[in-house]
Amino acid sequence: MTSQSPLLSVHDLKVEFPLDEGTVKAVDGVSLDVYAGQVFGIVGESGCGKSVTMKAMLRIVEPPGRITQGKILLRRFNGKDGDTVDLATLDPNGKEMRDIRGKQIALIPQEPMSSFSPVHTIGDQIMEAIMLHQTVSEKEARRIAGQLLRDVGIPMPEQRLDEYSWQLSGGLRQRAIIAMSLSCNPLLLIADEPTTAVYVTTQAQVLRLLRNLQLQRNAAIIFITHDLGVIAQMADYVTVMYLGLVVEQAPVDDIFHNSKHPYTQALLESIPTVNMTPRMNLPTISGSIPHPFNKPKGCPFHPRCPKAIPGKCNTHIPKLKPISEKQAVSCFLYHEEEIA
Amino acid sequence: MTQTKPHLLEVKNLRKYFPIRKGFFRRVVGNVRAVDDVSLFINEGETLGLVGESGCGKTTASRCIIRALTPSSGEINFRTDKGDTVNLARLSRPQLRPLRPQMQMIFQDPYGSLNPRMTLFDIVGEPLLVNGMTDRKQRTERVAELLKLVGLRPEFMQRFPHAFSGGQRQRIGIARALALHPRLVVADEPVSALDVSVQAQTLNLLLELQQRLHLTYLFVSHNLSVVKHICDRVTVMYVGKIVETASTEAIFRSPKHPYTAALMAAVPVADPRVKTGNVELQGDVPSPANPPSGCYFHPRCAFAVEKCKTESPVQRELAPNHFVSCHRAEEIKLEGIAA
Repeated sequence: MTSQSPLLSVHDLKVEFPLDEGTVKAVDGVSLDVYAGQVFGIVGESGCGKSVTMKAMLRIVEPPGRITQGKILLRRFNGKDGDTVDLATLDPNGKEMRDIRGKQIALIPQEPMSSFSPVHTIGDQIMEAIMLHQTVSEKEARRIAGQLLRDVGIPMPEQRLDEYSWQLSGGLRQRAIIAMSLSCNPLLLIADEPTTAVYVTTQAQVLRLLRNLQLQRNAAIIFITHDLGVIAQMADYVTVMYLGLVVEQAPVDDIFHNSKHPYTQALLESIPTVNMTPRMNLPTISGSIPHPFNKPKGCPFHPRCPKAIPGKCNTHIPKLKPISEKQAVSCFLYHEEEIA
Repeated sequence: MTQTKPHLLEVKNLRKYFPIRKGFFRRVVGNVRAVDDVSLFINEGETLGLVGESGCGKTTASRCIIRALTPSSGEINFRTDKGDTVNLARLSRPQLRPLRPQMQMIFQDPYGSLNPRMTLFDIVGEPLLVNGMTDRKQRTERVAELLKLVGLRPEFMQRFPHAFSGGQRQRIGIARALALHPRLVVADEPVSALDVSVQAQTLNLLLELQQRLHLTYLFVSHNLSVVKHICDRVTVMYVGKIVETASTEAIFRSPKHPYTAALMAAVPVADPRVKTGNVELQGDVPSPANPPSGCYFHPRCAFAVEKCKTESPVQRELAPNHFVSCHRAEEIKLEGIAA
């Protein structure tokens, strides 16, 4: 999988929101590589920048937020292999970006309720996406839309095309969203907490559906969530974020069984699992996530970190460095280098 | 746990129907059976978990129990601090007033449940004021005590909720619920809106407070991992009915109802070496306005037979304190989650 060049490669991405109260560095130097056929998980708690990273990839960061640094390289599929485009330099409203958005990179949003227009039928909305990116007749678009609904396991797809989103249950609506995002055979699917709004039984259905579709189409999925259970079951490769920084990147098995960063370790310990002794005190991470306006100096995790090194962690930001072939971590515990 | 004591709360055949009205005369054309014949009990000092999918009636049931809603029928027998048992379902608002301090609620959303224009002192002190603690100095002392109890600094008293993080806000909500020395605390999804690292802190706090203050919890949640961690017994609801009630250990180790087993199989385990989701529940939750015939679960049940389509199952005690509503509970073998 790693032999080829990455499908999407983010280099040192920074997104800032200049506000009256000060500048919020929502994403503060994130690098990641996503390969075709991979489920790439991004985990983090609120405010870690996972959603803003996703929005930057699609170039839909709301003003005043803007990308101040970094590259987002996408390998295009219409050109020759290796033909890459830097999304960060494109005009967010320009033709080229609009062509990529929805066609090569598609989004599965978090809220299935608010993502559909309530005054247009499901079919019209899916057909709109198809006809925007492909030169097909309306009749053909309708046929494709029906097929898509069938692919995602919606019963009676022909009838559903003429229904409105509010007539569908939560699970069906989430499936319809997935169908819409698949309408142009994207290379990269970004799923932003796709199962937070649905219950575990529906969640299991949606996750399985995504897995199967991904295998069939060999697309890459960037899977953004705060649920470590979902990540363990879905992802191949995981990035853990905290306050705009990547703290650890590793294959899923290493994240759960060989994690290096104190934050990853603490996060894993603090979740109650169905397999642990009940009623014992859970190990916790002391304190709470700092407000983005007063981010701590140095490593953002140091005030809550049990292993913080005074004079090092509170003054310098650790860089993300590989510690093995597949695992990278940004923590001074694993870096021997001197600080200038 | 201690079976000899009388139950703190006993709910019998609780029903809550919401009428569906249509047409010019707002005629009642049907009912949403949000809670349909629910019976359960809670022992003093224990935590009962109420589990189910969204729309299964767990919140409606818990709100009926503390009489935030008036049930359509049924009994809610609550043992008061004086030792006598009263049926809350029959009491009028003025009659409920003196009992209210004994039952309190912790809400799901720590952002929506605190008035942004009130200081912590006003929020936590309001139940005290309403219940006759008019002396400001006395109230200040009690609020300070409560804030310390939930792990907040008393100096924060004059601040507004916006200055606090989600986890801290949930602590404020807990302090407010504890202000009047309640005996029964209904916690409706108290950690669902919190970040993972903060969830653990809040769960630890709830467990610690239970021991210190001898509280009884009705813990409403959809998160089975959390329920397994915090509850002594678990009740599973499906479309307004209880399908299974048992001790936490028994229900996770050997669930007897196919729905319970399906729920457990659906929980993603935070370990990539354990693959879950092999048993998958097909279809969707039926609407409580138009439930299927017989057992409400039969259209999605892998074990359904002819009888399940026509006859509604009655709750039976399969093992001591293990209640199940399933025609085939004895015959079928289901897998739980090993502890």
